[in-house]
Amino acid sequence: MPDIAYEQARHGSSIGQPLTRRDGFLKVTGAATYAADNRPEGLLHAVVAVSRIARGRVASLDVAAAKAHSGVVEVMTGTNAPRLAQDPDAKHNPFMFRLDLLQNDRVRYAHQPIAVVIAETLEAATEGAELLAPRYEVDPPQIGLDAGEPQEPEGVGAGDKAIVSRGDVEAGLDQAERRVETTYETAAQYHNALEPHAIVAQWDGDRLIVDTPSQGLAMAKMRLAGLFGLDPKSILVRSPYLGGGFGSKGFLSGPQVLGVMAAKLVGRPVKLVLRREQMFGPVGHRAETRQTLRLGTDASGALTALDHHTLTATSRFDEFYEPASAISRYLYAAPAVSTRHSGVRVDTGTPLFMRAPGEASGSVALEGAIDEMAEACGLDPLEFRLRNYAESEPISGRPFSSKALRECYAQGAARFGWDKRGPVPRSMRDSAGRLIGYGMGTALFPALMMQAEARAEIRADGTGTVALGAHDMGQGAWTALAQIAADGLGIDLDRLDFQSGTSDLPNAGIAGGSAHTATAGTAIHSAAAAVLAQLADLATNDERSPLYGAGNAGVYARGGRLVRRDDEGRSEAFSEILNRAGRTSVSAQGQGAPDPASREAYAMHAHGAVFAEVSIDPDLGQIRVTRLVGAFAAGRVVNPRLVTSQYYGGMIWGVSFALHEKAVVDPRSGRVMNANLGEYHVPVNADVPSIDAILVDEHDPHVNPLGIKGVGEIGITGTAGAIANAVYHATGIRVRKTPITLDQLLG
Amino acid sequence: MTFRLTLTVNGQPRAIELDDPRVTLLDLLRERLGLTGSKKGCDRGQCGACTVLVDGRRVNSCLALALSLDGADVLTIEGLAHSLAPGEPLHPVQAAFIEHDGFQCGFCTPGQIMSAVGLIHEGRAGDDPERVREGMSGNLCRCGAYIGITQAVLDAQARMAGPGQGGAA
Amino acid sequence: MNRFDYVRAGSVAEAVAAAAEPGAAYLAAGTNLLDLMKGNIARPGRLVDVTHLPGLDRIEHLPGGGVRIGALVRNSDLAYDPDFARTHPAVAEALLSGASAQLRNAATVAGNLLQRTRCPYFYDPASACNKRDPGAGCDARSGETRLHAVLGWSEHCIATHPSDFCVPLVSLDAVVEIEGKAGARDVPLEALYRLPDSRPDRETVLAPGDLIVALRLPPEAAGFAAHSRYLKVRDRTSYAFAVVSAAASLRFEGGRIGEARVALGGVALKPWRARATEAVLAGAEPNERSFGEAADATLADAHPSGDNAYKIELARRLIVRALTLAAAGTPERMPALPASAFSGDALHA
Repeated sequence: MPDIAYEQARHGSSIGQPLTRRDGFLKVTGAATYAADNRPEGLLHAVVAVSRIARGRVASLDVAAAKAHSGVVEVMTGTNAPRLAQDPDAKHNPFMFRLDLLQNDRVRYAHQPIAVVIAETLEAATEGAELLAPRYEVDPPQIGLDAGEPQEPEGVGAGDKAIVSRGDVEAGLDQAERRVETTYETAAQYHNALEPHAIVAQWDGDRLIVDTPSQGLAMAKMRLAGLFGLDPKSILVRSPYLGGGFGSKGFLSGPQVLGVMAAKLVGRPVKLVLRREQMFGPVGHRAETRQTLRLGTDASGALTALDHHTLTATSRFDEFYEPASAISRYLYAAPAVSTRHSGVRVDTGTPLFMRAPGEASGSVALEGAIDEMAEACGLDPLEFRLRNYAESEPISGRPFSSKALRECYAQGAARFGWDKRGPVPRSMRDSAGRLIGYGMGTALFPALMMQAEARAEIRADGTGTVALGAHDMGQGAWTALAQIAADGLGIDLDRLDFQSGTSDLPNAGIAGGSAHTATAGTAIHSAAAAVLAQLADLATNDERSPLYGAGNAGVYARGGRLVRRDDEGRSEAFSEILNRAGRTSVSAQGQGAPDPASREAYAMHAHGAVFAEVSIDPDLGQIRVTRLVGAFAAGRVVNPRLVTSQYYGGMIWGVSFALHEKAVVDPRSGRVMNANLGEYHVPVNADVPSIDAILVDEHDPHVNPLGIKGVGEIGITGTAGAIANAVYHATGIRVRKTPITLDQLLG
Repeated sequence: MTFRLTLTVNGQPRAIELDDPRVTLLDLLRERLGLTGSKKGCDRGQCGACTVLVDGRRVNSCLALALSLDGADVLTIEGLAHSLAPGEPLHPVQAAFIEHDGFQCGFCTPGQIMSAVGLIHEGRAGDDPERVREGMSGNLCRCGAYIGITQAVLDAQARMAGPGQGGAA
Repeated sequence: MNRFDYVRAGSVAEAVAAAAEPGAAYLAAGTNLLDLMKGNIARPGRLVDVTHLPGLDRIEHLPGGGVRIGALVRNSDLAYDPDFARTHPAVAEALLSGASAQLRNAATVAGNLLQRTRCPYFYDPASACNKRDPGAGCDARSGETRLHAVLGWSEHCIATHPSDFCVPLVSLDAVVEIEGKAGARDVPLEALYRLPDSRPDRETVLAPGDLIVALRLPPEAAGFAAHSRYLKVRDRTSYAFAVVSAAASLRFEGGRIGEARVALGGVALKPWRARATEAVLAGAEPNERSFGEAADATLADAHPSGDNAYKIELARRLIVRALTLAAAGTPERMPALPASAFSGDALHA
């Protein structure tokens, strides 16, 4: 591989530009096709019937009543559902989650699918599902963090260790001048992407075409291949646009597979779309946590010990543990740090990755505890954080590949006006008499790299193609990856054919862990570099070329031409090179993957600082986040317009975490009682009057060849804690339970 | 039993026959007329993704029974650009949403845009960002694009109120 | 949603006749009824569509004072009617604090009066609910009760009425005009609703076939226009049901309160007229002390129905605040955030 592949990518004509979204026209005209917008010939509608109980079995279903309803074609239940080639409870790797696919009559959680009604119209299928009138044998459910005996999990999150520590925390606490022990609770949350999980499935013999939103096309294809015993090559999964994912579309969910089964059963194309209330069960959630932190400091306010314990819940039949304590492994310097998790098993659907899994919940508790400790030390919260600034990763001791957190603190504080914060809680008011509070939090999200492949091509007409099965769930992959591709090939964006979003393209891995742009971008960069190397070989070995003899490290690409580094006046167009060589095109594959050596040597994270202003009615308790300023350093910014939007979105999720989101579960039934968007609150426009995001410069030579860290999830971290701390500063009331609601502030 | 109604959809008169009285305006548009731009996010009037204009007013098409709208004039995202000026690729609100990055995943976007057009047409928010935010609060955006949405609405409102542009959609 | 007969009524008489059948329901905008039908809470066998009935969509300012509002007037049309908003500002503010612009554009006046509770156990067909299924029991009683009633509830039902609009309306002695099989009659809005007692399924005094054709506000209601506010505490800044709300309207005589009209929302199964508060305020000086005593007079009857004792204190403070704002005077322009704690008003006199 020539040098050109691993050279730090250039700031070309595209990377760094605040381009508008390339899919923008389609999205503002309603022409972008989401899964449920597909209407193949002969389409039938399928509606899932879900369980009202959380544990037990389905004793009976009135299939006859459903079938008697005009328009109903078939009812798929445990008795006639297609048998699968693979047990949906089999778990060959930690990313295979157990699915409920009508292979038995067992009920493991409320809103579990128990039947599917297939009809000529949506109206008939919907009513058919109601007419099934299931009867159950009910076992009492186990719900809530106090329901069972906590166990230490084998792993948390995506296979992280449950316990990681360094030093002697107890000794550190014993020696401490000041100690804080505090417990925070976070509520169960549901992703609630605005697009419900949907699938249109079409069988053609043993060929299967599905339109369904996916953050992981290749994994979805492999899951279907396993369950249906198919050759993966005979499956096409299309997901050009996702109506949001946030982790809930990372793995194929049970209801999506049911759509494929329904199409197989009736031998016609089937569309299955979850109803909003059905999103509260079979497609994952963020489990509740109870986090206890113990901190000690010496007389100067330096931490002597930090202990972070998380109690969380997983389902009774599968494993996913919210890794909430993990953030304490990375953030604040302390000679002794202990991070631990334990979990109980409850009768809910299996929790899953949800935007900043672990970090979001952990951050709100850690930042609250840090705020409490700063106050105990009599220090400004920013000053306290600076005194405990980690120069190396606290537990591993590794240096950071880059860390511009000090600049984030400084720029964020300046923009926000942090120096105007009164040191005493409940001391600031606006002109109308409302309480004003300022709070801050540190943001952090690991800079991960996954695995991806891409294909690149340059043709004799000077145009190029980059193709990979990448995923745009709103973060802007259609735009940002195309910018990387154009620069990688050294052509203008309008000369680029960028193909993405289907499973027949090279495997771009998963859009998750805030790593998609970095990983897929690296694959693109590498594929493009390999194409350019072939072009360079053709040109520099050809006496007729002005580039002859330059060697392929002696040229670079720009504007559709290869240019000599030692004499920029000498260049040749791609088309000339290919035409002279009698080639119609050159193409190559490239990969993106973590570099084990640099990962071993360095700790890699994006950082940020978030400052929040809240306004609170002193009598009525109602809260509004009147201002948010976030300053983030995440390596190279591919597209500042899109990156800013990612930070805004993440920070609004922080507002939501701090003040709004909570699944209210009735412990008697195990049902979510607010399984709708009217009462499961997420912020509305009026909740977000002012947000500012500062893109702090950061150069990272180690994280990947492009120098990109992720931006999709970091915004939620820091923000929720900053808001909770601002609520305390406004009122003098420390609420250690999110969401913080007005009734907790009536005093 | 067949139910008949007439609607004007994006300027075109449509004689519609329904075999079922239960069809909502949203399901009529999406499943029977092939106009899938309007989105179903909740189907219960709680998210705004299905917002269309009926007789010039923004409403949730998921909570409107198609039959009861007999005779109505319906404008959806598909017909928006042409509603102002035939041949224009984009309505000013659509252009402003792109310019201000007033969306991410795009799923709520048709509803946001139709709601914004309705809001501007109502003429009560003016250039007051707080009134725009309140007026757009019936449209959830889970991605959190509210800042860009508010800017886009204010910008489009100003452009449409500009000289010679007229104030209505 | 069940399959139903669809009947489009051409006249009020036709509508009443068609809806008197068991299992029939009126359909206007459908913003509440279709929601209930999609949730399988309502399964009417027949829908009588009244949206095309002539003459029910007018706002009439009556010669002797007072306003008559047709049942089919859309919420937003009433709120933005300049004359109505000027004479009944708290009603307009309440309307604009409810739901979303889209729902207000569709929802009718009569539909708003008759919207059903948002109690999650009522909305969950698998839960026991005496309102849906008389005698079945009430799962809300020992369930999630943060938003449930603190006034007028019974062991059989602790739900609340969700309307904002109705709160100032009951305080201003609104009357509904009803057409039924037995002819036309007027019912004070406050008397339209029943408290739950032992039969929470009987929500109103309406008989099968009864059709609300208009809502009337008496001439006196406009006498409060200069000092009339609605204030709504909620869990997000907009597009949320009230946790607790209050309407306060004052008429001054000299420096003292001549007459006060006060009602609470979100605390009971009906919009709660705070007559005891009004009695304390009659002739009183407008100050924090009299407002507090007046609030206490109504809330002396309040009891938590579960984990909601905070609502009693919140309602007390809200009455005081609403009275304070009303005393300060109706703002010239509708606040950007109607009825909001963040509407820009000074919090204290």
